Amino acid sequence: MHSFGYRANALLTLAITILAFMCGIASLSDNFNSPAPTAQVQVLNINWFQKKPDGDDEISLTLNISADLQSLFTWNTKQVFVFLAAEYETPKNALNQISLWDGIIPSKEHAKFLIHTTNKYRFVDQGSNLRGKDFNLTLHWHVMPKTGKMSANKLVMTGYRLPETYR
Amino acid sequence: MDWQGQKLVEQLMQILLVSFAVVAFITGYVLGSFQIMLLVYAGGVVFTALVTIPNWPVYNRHPLSWLDPSEAEKHPKPQITNPSTKKRAAKK
Repeated sequence: MHSFGYRANALLTLAITILAFMCGIASLSDNFNSPAPTAQVQVLNINWFQKKPDGDDEISLTLNISADLQSLFTWNTKQVFVFLAAEYETPKNALNQISLWDGIIPSKEHAKFLIHTTNKYRFVDQGSNLRGKDFNLTLHWHVMPKTGKMSANKLVMTGYRLPETYR
Repeated sequence: MDWQGQKLVEQLMQILLVSFAVVAFITGYVLGSFQIMLLVYAGGVVFTALVTIPNWPVYNRHPLSWLDPSEAEKHPKPQITNPSTKKRAAKK
């Protein structure tokens, strides 16, 4: 501590070590938050439903997505990535997962939303299994904190059924 | 900076940084803003740097009192006499 340089070095080293500790505690403080997000999705319309020339089923839906994800946000949350997936079982695959819509929520103010949309990504089956198929719509979210570990969770909504015939 | 000053400056640095960290964390947590925590802490680090890095006069209040040169001459260091030179002196 006898010279300017040594004091500057000691100060910066200690300051950054303490900053690392603060970030660690900030990350731990997220454990006190117990999120309880809610979501509802309505299938308003089947726009069209057809078999593509290559034999795979494709469907176009109009969706009404309303969700309240505000409880996911803490002071240590940078953003939340959210996507809605159609999930169903076919003889070939135990789980088919098709992303229909996604979004990035940058702040708590934007975390309560109602979106009226057609599916953003194509709903194409791997085969021809969609007629009369029961499926789940699952809202997945990934929480990206400012410091610490990313976390992911989902909300499964059941009881959706595709029509029996092409239209 | 004298010895006492160095001790003081090290303690001051540690106490100031830790207390600013605690204050910054609590402020940030209560206001729910990570940015405020970082700004408060950055301010604290700059303040601590200004307090501890320059050689302020406060840190020079206990100068070492060196022995006066004339005093040193009155009490000369004991001469190191090695055996070889002694022998040579004896022969002469």
